[in-house]
Amino acid sequence: MNHFVIVDVTLRDGIADPEGSTIERALPALGFAGVTNVHAGKSFRLDVDAPNEAAALEKATALAERLLSNPVIENATARIATRG
Amino acid sequence: MVRIGVVVFPGSNCEYDAASGAAQLGAQAEFVWHSATDLSGFDGIILPGGFAHGDYLRPGALARFSPVMEAVARFAHDGGPVLGICNGFQVLCESGLLPGALQKNRGLTFLCQATTLVVTSTDSVLTSAATLGQELVIPINHFSGAYTCDDATLRALRENDRVVLRYKENPNGSRDDIAGVANGAGNVVGLMPHPERAMSTLLGSADGRVLLESFVTSNVTSNVAVA
Amino acid sequence: MSRAAEPLHRALGLTDDELEEIRRVLGREPNHLELALYGVMWSEHCSYKSSRIHLRRLPTEGSHVLVGPGENAGVIDAGDGIAVAIRIESHNHPSAIEPYQGAATGVGGILRDVFTMGARPLAVMDPLFFGDLADARQRWLVEGVVAGISGYGNSVGVPTVGGELTFDDCYATNPLVNVLCAGAMPVERLVLGVASGVGNLAVLLGSSTGRDGIGGVSVLASAGFAGDDGAVSLDDAKRPSVQVGDPYEEKRLIEACLALLDGGHVVGIQDLGGAGIVCATSETAARGGVGMDVDVTAIALREPGMQPYEIMTSESQERMLAIITPESWPAVSALCAKWEVRATVVGHVVAPIPDANGTLVGMLRVRRGLDGEVLAEVPASSLAHEAPLYDRARRRPANLDALRADDPSDEPVGSANDDLLDLLVDPAWVYRQYDSQLFLNTVVGPGRDAALLRLAGPGLPHSERGIALSTDSNPRWCALDPRAGTALTVAEGVANLACVGASAKAVVNCLNFGNPEHPEVMWQLSEAIDGMAEACDALGLPVVGGNVSLYNESGGHDIDPTPVVGLLGVVDSLVAPPPGWDWTTGDALVLVGSRHAAGPDAFPLGGSRWATRRGRRGGRVPPFDATLLRATFAFVTGEVARVCAGVTSDVTAVHDVGGGGLAGALAEMAASTGVGVTILDLEGHAELFSEFPGRFVVTTSDLRAFSERARGAGVAIVHLGDVGGDRLVLANYVNLSVSQVAARRGAALTTALALRA
Repeated sequence: MNHFVIVDVTLRDGIADPEGSTIERALPALGFAGVTNVHAGKSFRLDVDAPNEAAALEKATALAERLLSNPVIENATARIATRG
Repeated sequence: MVRIGVVVFPGSNCEYDAASGAAQLGAQAEFVWHSATDLSGFDGIILPGGFAHGDYLRPGALARFSPVMEAVARFAHDGGPVLGICNGFQVLCESGLLPGALQKNRGLTFLCQATTLVVTSTDSVLTSAATLGQELVIPINHFSGAYTCDDATLRALRENDRVVLRYKENPNGSRDDIAGVANGAGNVVGLMPHPERAMSTLLGSADGRVLLESFVTSNVTSNVAVA
Repeated sequence: MSRAAEPLHRALGLTDDELEEIRRVLGREPNHLELALYGVMWSEHCSYKSSRIHLRRLPTEGSHVLVGPGENAGVIDAGDGIAVAIRIESHNHPSAIEPYQGAATGVGGILRDVFTMGARPLAVMDPLFFGDLADARQRWLVEGVVAGISGYGNSVGVPTVGGELTFDDCYATNPLVNVLCAGAMPVERLVLGVASGVGNLAVLLGSSTGRDGIGGVSVLASAGFAGDDGAVSLDDAKRPSVQVGDPYEEKRLIEACLALLDGGHVVGIQDLGGAGIVCATSETAARGGVGMDVDVTAIALREPGMQPYEIMTSESQERMLAIITPESWPAVSALCAKWEVRATVVGHVVAPIPDANGTLVGMLRVRRGLDGEVLAEVPASSLAHEAPLYDRARRRPANLDALRADDPSDEPVGSANDDLLDLLVDPAWVYRQYDSQLFLNTVVGPGRDAALLRLAGPGLPHSERGIALSTDSNPRWCALDPRAGTALTVAEGVANLACVGASAKAVVNCLNFGNPEHPEVMWQLSEAIDGMAEACDALGLPVVGGNVSLYNESGGHDIDPTPVVGLLGVVDSLVAPPPGWDWTTGDALVLVGSRHAAGPDAFPLGGSRWATRRGRRGGRVPPFDATLLRATFAFVTGEVARVCAGVTSDVTAVHDVGGGGLAGALAEMAASTGVGVTILDLEGHAELFSEFPGRFVVTTSDLRAFSERARGAGVAIVHLGDVGGDRLVLANYVNLSVSQVAARRGAALTTALALRA
């Protein structure tokens, strides 16, 4: 059966994040004070055919590490979710 | 005659320019479609600039799974000269043939402009004909050209003299001003600037010639090394 | 009034009279699908129904013209067996709503227009017009549009070599995003969008078809923005009409189509632009005098449940229609598979049938299944070429005389230092985001008078020639006098080409105007076309293509008339770069051309940037004097062409006097070089800022030799001063350090955009 999986890809700690820091710098001018630690990343949504959630998660994690992220600079985490 | 293979992925767009650069230096340049699995007979392989597979996901992320990349890895392993220019550099990093990764430019815009590069190592197939400290005016043309790597990798690059080109004025936020790096053996090199765009003063600079000249004549050296 | 209460034809943008005409053509009541097809094809954007009777007055012929207006692109013979295709278009309303995708799909569309002729696209230029950057929405638009052009153009692999950047309040709610493309081909690859050969197949290439852009051309480009805030309040309702571009699909489509043409597998080919499949099938059939059956069930869809009218009118991007023989299908299919381009047979060419009078008529039939139920059946030519034409009412604006009488010559002089610094804008922040160098042809790139490219590219025969491209506009002049303003704009373009040594060969135009239902706008359009015809006749230039963008208005306010003139020129021998803007200390600085404008004002300021900045939008526009201009242009072109041909020359720098006037030209050259000049003798403040064309700033290392050649050519010159020092000194008016000029010019745009340096 299909399991809905969300994969989040974020930059590893210590890797420069010009997108995140540019957004963070822009926020005060837009009236959003007190927002810090802004980081940009990517999110992927997948339907994974697997016998159970654990197997779906395992498959999604494997493909996230192999393709969706670049392990030199990025971390990938997969989680089961509900389509809404 | 020296035979140079120019790999063409769907979405590559500098393949004609790279082939023209090699041909101007007397090499015979041939296009190699990304589904190819046999690179025998070539004296060198160029992965040209462009947007292989649309650069979707990440630049180079999908191209690394094209069949030709296994052949490129074998060719490189056997000591064959491999040059990645711009998108080709990104593909080589994604493939693990070169260390590090290329991130979005510091200013978060695409940059097409002349840069001044400094030759910081002549121990590579791209820089062997240049002199240490030589300054070369060569354009860049990229959105994701900020070279990045972890501290250990940077230390290794420096200790082993693997940074072959640095920017004189860092345009994109590259770590340690790095514009181009080589692998341990010096036969695989990647750089973000486009030496093939600097082949003629009519177009603004002929400083790229010394780099491509090194590359197209490097097969002699590398064959000796393999033997 | 709610749309639901309207009769269907009006909801589709058709007038009651147009419905009557459709009934007459069909001899019966149209069904809903047929009405929808006429609705998009007879929209202003597709049919040019308000402008066509005027466009006929433009000269279109020349011995080197291979294809004139009416095809996807104009084509000229550039020599050495190479043909050059050129086209200009607008993507104004889509960009107002979604700047990134609007601009990106504008690039995609113009490329298809060019490669559909068999030409490989080699260069793009982007004239852009926005409101004042003090407004945050304008900054958002500028950043989005530039990123869209960059994101699409760079990825698809066509260099963007120039453009224009204009800021004026009249564009605040209706920005203009025009795009020009030139491409080249071996002459024998030239192909037209014609269907022929009964039984031949219609093959849809490229992307699947979705709901994006349904009714886009009629909804977006053929109506103004109603609200005072232009696009702002309509965003959400209209956003679904904006198409999304995929440059990677387009890149593969270009390669596949050029490979198909090289292989001789194609009878005719046509891009899918506005109005999608109905436009491509009816136009190719109408041009070939044949009919076409289209199977709506064969078309690959992106989403379920699409209705036939949606499928037929969708503006999904990155699609082409090829007409091929059944025998070539295996080869076509294999080539498309190599490039991962979808190829689907969606119809076939059928014989025309006799109508009631016995005349043969090619019918476009939309069917469910190739031999299935007929859902629509209309004469192809009635859709493609026979929309009703309108001679809309024209009226000279009532306030024009008062506007012209308000000449800025009485404006206080003030500080010329401050005025000059405020006028300078270096567009480098924009063009650095464009790949301007791909294909190794760019000898002069963006930010100069004109772009200059080697005439070379994959598959072209060897040539030493170069081509030059420029785009020009002057809405401030055209608001005061659309006829003279447009003529002068053409002259300005020819002057720009002269700076890179190119002889002008062809004109394309993008006529951006307001609401054609306003008689004043139709008067402006008609006058502008007459002015363009006058200038083109006088300078021997054919108009080979164009685009008319109407309804550029919001809240009842029309934009200033903005005819954009694109020029294509040829340099016969290009082995060395033209002199450019860089100065050498000690060289003599010379003004070439008539020092004074023809007409009553020696240095007219009406419509100048200087006057506009002072809030003075009225005044007199200089007249167009063909005789003076011709001699000056020929002389400068010849001087620069000699440099390009590699002949040793004393000419060391060339720049035309345009926007910003003489002071602007000198400041740009000084900033570019880092060297100054001192000019002692000027005939008053107006000489600094007057913008009439036909004048060039030239530096020479041998004043005597240069003077003799100018005298021999019958061209006036004035020795203004000598290059040197680190200050820009212009009589008693301007005294600035060159470094300050360069810094202000370099930072103007990023400062206005509130960006980090």
